[in-house]
Amino acid sequence: MTQTTKSPKGALFIKGLVLTIGALLLFAPFLFQDTRSLEVAARICIFIVLVASYDLLIGYTGIVSFAHIMFFGFGAYGAAIALKEMGPGWDAVLLGAAGGLVVSIVVAIAVGLLSLRVKAIFFAMITLATASVALVLASQLSGFTGGEDGITYKAPDLFKTANKLMVDADGKVARLFGVKLNGKLAAYYFVFSTCLVLFILCLRMVASPLGTVLKAIRENEARAEAIGYRVVAYRTFVFCIAAVTASLAGSIYAVWLKYTGPDTALSFSIMIDILLMVVIGGMGTMYGAVIGAVLLVIAQYYLRDLMGVASEALHGVPFLPELFEPDRWLLWLGIIFILLVYFFPKGIAGTLWDKGARS
Amino acid sequence: MNQLSQTLERFGGVYLLPVFVALVAFVLIGAPSSWVTLTVAGLAMGMMIFLMASGLSLIFGLMDVLNFGHSAFISFGAFISASALAYMSGWLGSAHIGLNLLAIFLAFSAALAFGLVAGWFFEVVIIKPVYHDHLRQILITMGALIVSEQIILAVWGGSPITVQRPAFLEGSWLFGNVTVEIYRAFAFVLGLAVYIALFLVLKRTRIGLLIRAGVENREMVEALGFRIDRLFVGVFMVGSALAALGGAMWAGYETLITPALGGEMMIVVFIVVIIGGLGSVEGTLLGAIMVGLMANYIGFLAPKLALASNMLLMMAILLWRPSGLKPAVK
Repeated sequence: MTQTTKSPKGALFIKGLVLTIGALLLFAPFLFQDTRSLEVAARICIFIVLVASYDLLIGYTGIVSFAHIMFFGFGAYGAAIALKEMGPGWDAVLLGAAGGLVVSIVVAIAVGLLSLRVKAIFFAMITLATASVALVLASQLSGFTGGEDGITYKAPDLFKTANKLMVDADGKVARLFGVKLNGKLAAYYFVFSTCLVLFILCLRMVASPLGTVLKAIRENEARAEAIGYRVVAYRTFVFCIAAVTASLAGSIYAVWLKYTGPDTALSFSIMIDILLMVVIGGMGTMYGAVIGAVLLVIAQYYLRDLMGVASEALHGVPFLPELFEPDRWLLWLGIIFILLVYFFPKGIAGTLWDKGARS
Repeated sequence: MNQLSQTLERFGGVYLLPVFVALVAFVLIGAPSSWVTLTVAGLAMGMMIFLMASGLSLIFGLMDVLNFGHSAFISFGAFISASALAYMSGWLGSAHIGLNLLAIFLAFSAALAFGLVAGWFFEVVIIKPVYHDHLRQILITMGALIVSEQIILAVWGGSPITVQRPAFLEGSWLFGNVTVEIYRAFAFVLGLAVYIALFLVLKRTRIGLLIRAGVENREMVEALGFRIDRLFVGVFMVGSALAALGGAMWAGYETLITPALGGEMMIVVFIVVIIGGLGSVEGTLLGAIMVGLMANYIGFLAPKLALASNMLLMMAILLWRPSGLKPAVK
């Protein structure tokens, strides 16, 4: 990490961009005053953490895991089941998050020790299989997880939309810059602050000596081992750290969404989203996680509308409207993804970062 | 103990594992007639999975390329043959067995041809630029998988498609009180034929010799003046075509296919090649048969466990032999 000594233009730009995104997210409820935007902002916060923790694995250590979403799901289901069984309350949230955390750590250690000794490719396959089993179990153990329908529950009282944080003279919800100070706002800031803390922890971790060791392992495993670092131990450790972070992010998301099901917390398409975000943003740059998550979540919510328009415009042309249908947005993202991996393997953040350094 | 293991080795070593599993299942199930039905189903399933997995395993063994997009060939094969069969539905229903055979032959040929062409395209355009870079390989082939899944959705739509079977493959044979579905027997025979053909090509021809030598030591074969990369394109094409054929047969077996088919099969295929040991055709066959048998037996004995059975099998085998049952010499 040499960017502290010299600050090339690209690096400054990236940092500025990330700070701007942070500021936008901080004031999101006041800047974009509708429910959908708030939903998007919260999703961005969660995915930044999820993608940053995945970046620890894929970008910094060079481990390809497809089980990241599984840990996210453990956290989400932990909180969801606790909130459902114990009723809305902070004790339920804490207990559920802790439960998810423990399951995540145990599974991460088991998978890590079993398969991190072998080649990267083996590990990718084994995590894929594990995650698919988790998904199947979640949809089959319906008494416990609600099956395909998922679980709906209530969040702690503080986050209820009807909850008034402040009341004005008439006893109605007080407004600040036209925004109702209700539980929804509290929930958003809960998501924002916890995600910020988790992201800063990730950032701190890669800047620490541990982060340097991880990069050494990524660059040359044999040499890292020869210097005296126990590669398997480090890999398992970082796999656990990433699992813990993902699990916490899952619990936060469960509290925010008040619903947990296979589609929101375990499905393989989310895993693909995470992968796209990491690669598009830039692997091994942490800031890339922010950029990738923002771009992709916004694309998810708004690109579909745009493609709907394109599909309408192409009406009458054979086959093309099919390709531009709103549901086909992944097709185009997939193509962009492949091109990025070919031509800009460092992603947006990595490429821009270097650009400044060269000039 | 040592003598026992030597005797076991002489009779086939790990190849006895499916037999052992079948015997245990026979004792547990008790009723011979259902045991036969389940075993035939398991063998048929294993053979189809073998077709899908053999290409993946060979490609990895020869070139150290793991194609995460392999399942795209499986689903394309399934959908293309389903469409072809639907197109020839008049022939399928006819009582004349020749027309039936011709229809299914044409449908499978369409899937095979697609596999060959798509495999060539995949190898030359998508994978060639990222040889020797595992991380980018995984990412690129994953991206290709996303794109091809979306293309399937765009072309065939998201709703399940019914696959028609030729009339002569419908129904089942009755031996006493044992029922054997004809399609399963057909799948088993076809799979076995492909395995024998693969085996002969690999063990009896010059190309097979080169492939096996390439799996064992690529640099040495190249140093002797052979163009391994050209050979590899061929192996990739054949592997993809076999996956497409496996998909086509699977479509007829399931009779109802959805675009999610590729993703589901990919997990099974991965488990099979991990169990069997990457790079070896025999290992893949063994792994596929084990998975097929276990899935059917456990589905009968303990339906609740069936979902995790593949996973448990993989864990048990990896603990016993970390590089698979019959890994290629490397």
